[in-house]
Amino acid sequence: MSKPKVATVWLDGCSGCHMSFLDMDERLLALADRMELVYSPLVDAKEYPPAVDIALVEGAVGNEEQARFVRLMRERTRTFVSLGDCAVTSNILAYRNPFPVAAIIERVFAETAEAPVQPGPEVPALLPEARPVHEVIPVDFFVPGCPPSADLIHHVLDELLAGRQPAIKNRFG
Amino acid sequence: MATERRVKTLIIDGRDVAGREDQTILEAAREHGIWIPTLCHLEGLTNVGACRLCLVEVKGMGKLLSACTTTIWEGMEVTTHSERLHRYRRSIIELFLAERNHICAVCVANRRCQLQALALELGVDHVRYPYLYPRFGIDATHDLFVLDHNRCILCTRCIRACSEIEGANTLGMMRRGIHNRVITDLNQPWGESPTCTSCGKCVNVCPVGAISQKGLSVIEGRKEHKFLPYLTMMRGARP
Amino acid sequence: MTRDELKKIGEAEQERIRKYRHQVHVCMASGCHALRSDKVRTGLQAEAKKQGREGEVLVKRVGCLGLCSRGPLVLEDQSRIHTGVAPEEAGTLLRSLGEPEAAGGEPLPLDHPFFKGQRKIVMEHSGAIDPERIEEYIAVGGYEQMLAAIIDMAPEAVIDQVTRSGLRGRGGAGYPTGLKWSTVAKAGGGDKYVICNADEGDPGAFMDRSVMESTPHQLIEGMIIAGYAVGANHGVIYVRAEYPLAIARLEKAIGQAEKMGLLGRNIGATRFSFDLQLRYGAGAFVTGEETALIASVEGRRGTPRSRPPYPAERGLWGRPTLINNVETLANVVPILKNGGDWYAGIGAEKSRGTKVFALVGRVNNVGLIEVPLGITLREIIEGPGGGIPGGRKFKAVQTGGPSGGCIPEASLDLPVDYESLVQAGSIMGSGGMIVMDETSCMVDVAKYFMQFCMSESCGKCIPCRVGTVQMHHLLEKMTTGSATGRDLEMLEELCDLARHASLCGLGQSAPNPVLSTLRYFRDEYLAHIDEKRCPAGVCTMGAGG
Repeated sequence: MSKPKVATVWLDGCSGCHMSFLDMDERLLALADRMELVYSPLVDAKEYPPAVDIALVEGAVGNEEQARFVRLMRERTRTFVSLGDCAVTSNILAYRNPFPVAAIIERVFAETAEAPVQPGPEVPALLPEARPVHEVIPVDFFVPGCPPSADLIHHVLDELLAGRQPAIKNRFG
Repeated sequence: MATERRVKTLIIDGRDVAGREDQTILEAAREHGIWIPTLCHLEGLTNVGACRLCLVEVKGMGKLLSACTTTIWEGMEVTTHSERLHRYRRSIIELFLAERNHICAVCVANRRCQLQALALELGVDHVRYPYLYPRFGIDATHDLFVLDHNRCILCTRCIRACSEIEGANTLGMMRRGIHNRVITDLNQPWGESPTCTSCGKCVNVCPVGAISQKGLSVIEGRKEHKFLPYLTMMRGARP
Repeated sequence: MTRDELKKIGEAEQERIRKYRHQVHVCMASGCHALRSDKVRTGLQAEAKKQGREGEVLVKRVGCLGLCSRGPLVLEDQSRIHTGVAPEEAGTLLRSLGEPEAAGGEPLPLDHPFFKGQRKIVMEHSGAIDPERIEEYIAVGGYEQMLAAIIDMAPEAVIDQVTRSGLRGRGGAGYPTGLKWSTVAKAGGGDKYVICNADEGDPGAFMDRSVMESTPHQLIEGMIIAGYAVGANHGVIYVRAEYPLAIARLEKAIGQAEKMGLLGRNIGATRFSFDLQLRYGAGAFVTGEETALIASVEGRRGTPRSRPPYPAERGLWGRPTLINNVETLANVVPILKNGGDWYAGIGAEKSRGTKVFALVGRVNNVGLIEVPLGITLREIIEGPGGGIPGGRKFKAVQTGGPSGGCIPEASLDLPVDYESLVQAGSIMGSGGMIVMDETSCMVDVAKYFMQFCMSESCGKCIPCRVGTVQMHHLLEKMTTGSATGRDLEMLEELCDLARHASLCGLGQSAPNPVLSTLRYFRDEYLAHIDEKRCPAGVCTMGAGG
């Protein structure tokens, strides 16, 4: 039997959750024996593979490309995990939510920029609000924390790989 | 002269419990080590029953009662924990978290916040209701303190402390419903308040990061929640 | 003021009125007033003068005549009602008095279906007497019961009559009035208060408004009797500031009663004193809740507090307080006059007496009606209501305002009593009755009431403050075609939470319009959610997201 396929995804977030993931240190080696990392900012895959067993998603859904992508992911993924506060609550990304997108673009790309520019069509359009992942697609497990500790991430992966339900108890923030 | 108070016996969660007739269910329960979640309650302030977390089932009563505002009676049978109460409490926490802009990671009260702690305790690991993302301001005009409405849960502990303990009546509430907002005096900037004594009680009683001391960063907002009964006792007020 | 003096005033007034050959009553309650019935009245007065018939025709200001949608109304000699009277019709109207051929449109005889099915107890003198003249109230027996009670009856005997009448709170909850009175009467000595809750706020409801505008003295007399019965010497009428006419008439009435010694110190030369104050609500629906009302009277923010303790034990200024609604108190005088047993003989088994309803919406006759309880919804809608206009199909009737629910056609033969309405998922409420036909979308109706509760929530407790916002958001999704089945589950869950976890009646009953429409019109919700279709064609699907 082939090893379970695992993906990690980085949406609107600071990559701190991935840093925490890497903080599992030597435990990563043991995990590597039990799973196949098929898609991640840490590996060189361009396309999200068709059949993924476990996906860990860091970050909020902030633009149209990300919304499209998580929907695609959901179709191709068995167990979907929101990893960290940005994925679970929008976290810092929600700071922009009380303001209209046009005002934010103006502020960031014109008012406060040294050389004012407007984002071109190649830049995915921002959604009106940065949303937690579960507001876009159904999510199976939630791992709050900013970031969740390496121990907690290890526990989640360890349990899921063993076919068990992880017991997640962690505060927001 | 202390008036004589009779003792009532009741049952909380199947345990026989005794309390003074003027005690609330919450007080009787806590004295006997039975935990009931609360947010708007604070020992030393009048109880308002606003957060609804302390709702309990009382046998024979058609409706749920808030433990903090209901005095005990003889033979009362109270259930403080049930599947239904737990469900309601979780929903209430979620409603709080979705109401304003609670961003724990960057909050001065992070790890010292009662809302955050209750979410953890009650197993709220995400919020199912859409976040409302209202646009509220921050009043940083006071020399020592900051009031961030984005983090306020409208528990009114600050207002009660200001009025009942300090007697300044600087803090109040304006508007209604979702638009409720804590104000200073007649909705003036806090820094211009002629009534505020800068006593800082509001900072200490605030269960979240809405009112904090200036200059403190994330996680640094340590609060002393338990000084009010001591203060009241030292003033020689009736127990 | 002694009883003899009162009798003399009444007789003098009767004598005055008897001199006129014709009595022309011009409705000057809010409905007709808004249609400028004051112009009609001055027109009629000027015309009587012009025709030289001032001594023969009495043109009188009266309270509500009921058929509000056809105003301005003019009642001729207690026999027929002229509808939609214009000031310039005054001349012809006066000339046609007593003639079979009446001026203008067809006047309605008093055996018209709108009036026939009614039984007037609270509104007995409404439309018959001038609300601004205490003499006219005295002429129909006013203040006799009050003097009789405080001179001849023990407080317990008064309470006994009210208890025997079976009267229940007309504000909506239906708590037995006699029991409430005896609880306050038994509460410890010292100052006690009687509060009249006149903070009528349900959309489309104007029963209490009409009572205050039409027969303010009947309310005041009821309050004095209540004060005597429970041992209270102070009364407060808490009336919403949006009722300027009611306030003006109450103020005037209180002044008149005080001047005559019917209100104030040592009423009727007894040891009983009772003073009465007006307090104005400042536009908050929640102050209709009794503890919020008390807070507002005390000058604090009008927000409710947890009960117990109930106001009967700890009310205004911490003192035992009797709080009754306008209509409840207006029932007291007729009950004492005719006896509790008489009242108990009217109406239904557990819901005695009559109830005033503001019958509005898709019915031919919109107005204020008073009917015996136990009457069926069908009898109301097809009787006084005159059926549905335009040959359209009846769909539902909403009772109880934002705290009530919608009752479908299948339950039209339901008797209107407190218990039956609750069983059907609605409540009696204060008397709003909104009839809807097939052009109403029930999801949209539920959304409307949720919007109302959301903007009227005081915000003290979270299930109401944020729960209503979340519920409204879900209903908004449904009416714009962006909801899923998951949203319906969420809505039902929030309804359950708000109903059981909210602090006061506003939040606890806020889900009722949703729950009752879900109960009877679930298919309509499903059409919005699954098919993105509004069967009534009200909602613009795909308009939002």
